[in-house]
Amino acid sequence: MKNLLTASAALALSAGLAFAAGHGQTVRLGTEGAYPPYNFINDAGEVDGFERELGDELCARAELTCEWVTNDWDSIIPNLVSGNYDAIIAGMSITDERDEVIDFTQNYTQPDPSAYLALAGTSPDLEGGVIAAQASTIQAAHVTGTGATLLEFATPDETIAAVRNGEADAVLADKAFLQPLAEENADLEFTGEDVLIGGGIGMGIRESDTELKEKFSAAIQSMKDDGSLNALIEKWLPGSATF
Amino acid sequence: MFSFCTDPSILPDWQWMACYLTTGKHMAFYVSFGTVLLLLAITAPVSLGFGFLGAMAARARLWPVRILGRAYIAVVRGVPDIAFFLFFVIALDQAFEWLRHKVLCPDWDQPIRQGNDFVVCAEAKLPLGTAPQWIHETYGFGLAVLTFAIVFGAFAANVIFGAMRTVPRAQMETAEAYGMTRRQSFWRILVPQMWVYALPGLSNLWMILIKATPLLFLLGVEDIVYWARELGGAKTPRFTDYPHPDWRMWYFLALLVFYLAFTKLSEIVLERLMQRLTHGQATMGGEAQRKAAA
Repeated sequence: MKNLLTASAALALSAGLAFAAGHGQTVRLGTEGAYPPYNFINDAGEVDGFERELGDELCARAELTCEWVTNDWDSIIPNLVSGNYDAIIAGMSITDERDEVIDFTQNYTQPDPSAYLALAGTSPDLEGGVIAAQASTIQAAHVTGTGATLLEFATPDETIAAVRNGEADAVLADKAFLQPLAEENADLEFTGEDVLIGGGIGMGIRESDTELKEKFSAAIQSMKDDGSLNALIEKWLPGSATF
Repeated sequence: MFSFCTDPSILPDWQWMACYLTTGKHMAFYVSFGTVLLLLAITAPVSLGFGFLGAMAARARLWPVRILGRAYIAVVRGVPDIAFFLFFVIALDQAFEWLRHKVLCPDWDQPIRQGNDFVVCAEAKLPLGTAPQWIHETYGFGLAVLTFAIVFGAFAANVIFGAMRTVPRAQMETAEAYGMTRRQSFWRILVPQMWVYALPGLSNLWMILIKATPLLFLLGVEDIVYWARELGGAKTPRFTDYPHPDWRMWYFLALLVFYLAFTKLSEIVLERLMQRLTHGQATMGGEAQRKAAA
């Protein structure tokens, strides 16, 4: 009886493995879940947004089974490198610094302008004032270079709250993230010039995982070719440049 | 949740609130209270065990064991919690995978460390890449428990070590005079008496542990503080049916009430426990109890 059980368990396990191999491997996608419209948690408690739709489509095209995982932005790269998930898809701009630690697929958005958002009616000193930005982002790195005082926060949400309560004079973030906030809140408005930083957004993959990187790059290319990526960009990131 | 929730924007306030508080996201928030309580319920006894072993090791007669015990206490107490959580958990996870890799994939020819990456064969992954999400979550939770237990165990070890030395020397001498062996006097005289000295320190640790759970999100476990921050943040109508301004204050107020109620409850329980342990002890508290009874 015991033997029978073990045998059937072994059979089920190997069948499961064979099934998994036939169906394509399971890939875990890590995201932050706090950066609408790129990625956020919807009312049902699930990951939603531009990257959710994009990621699901990419996985379908690459014939992979994908699972979504949320992770704190601060530890998102260490947890990828140590293998807790297999790809980062979290509005992460491709930069040289990050490229030294992980690899990126080809970009799935054009370099998106970043913008300053401040309380309506104020004209803050963007070069010498206090500017909020999310920690370890390209915007935070940019602020350090301008001579303004940088105020870092762990989540995008807190940077906006800091502007609202007067702790910071303005916030620098991706324009696509700030756009809905500026449109729907009378007390917030864009200020100063947009700044162009970063090389577009790509998926972060472990450097040793070239096969996965190629798969996703190919899937992104096919979405660029048939225009479906542009349709997604227009749906979720209105005003952003398309391919 | 309720049948009238289809279009929240036209609902009167109380119905809107009822719908809002029962969204899937809020359900996840309520579940996370359970996660935190479960974590505490498992971590507390495990770290007490670590602490007891650490204290025993630190006062062992065999010097290598003694060095090991004291090093554990000194090193873990000295390293900041957040550094420990970022570094140690990842290292622990990699250690498990490395061991499994050695056993399961003997003929793997590529290096395990490739630059920044840690690469083991697919069969050695923990949990397996094909495992369903709940296994990943349980594994992450287990790692969190183990890490918390090691960190708090070191503090507990120090407290217990001190408590063991506080038990009056005369008690141990009496035990020896009765002809008890070292082992007997340790288990029958020292251990039952030391708890009363350890409890104030241990109760402090318990209170700190209750409030340390936000560290969980560093490990990908979503705790109550994560959800409060996520739910409380201002929401624009474009991405939710329930837009609202920044409500983090209210969510954190709810957490405050939860934590205060929980610490109050802990205090009551710990106070009872202290009464119990004091009974018949050669301390001021024990003496007071004896006089009150007489």
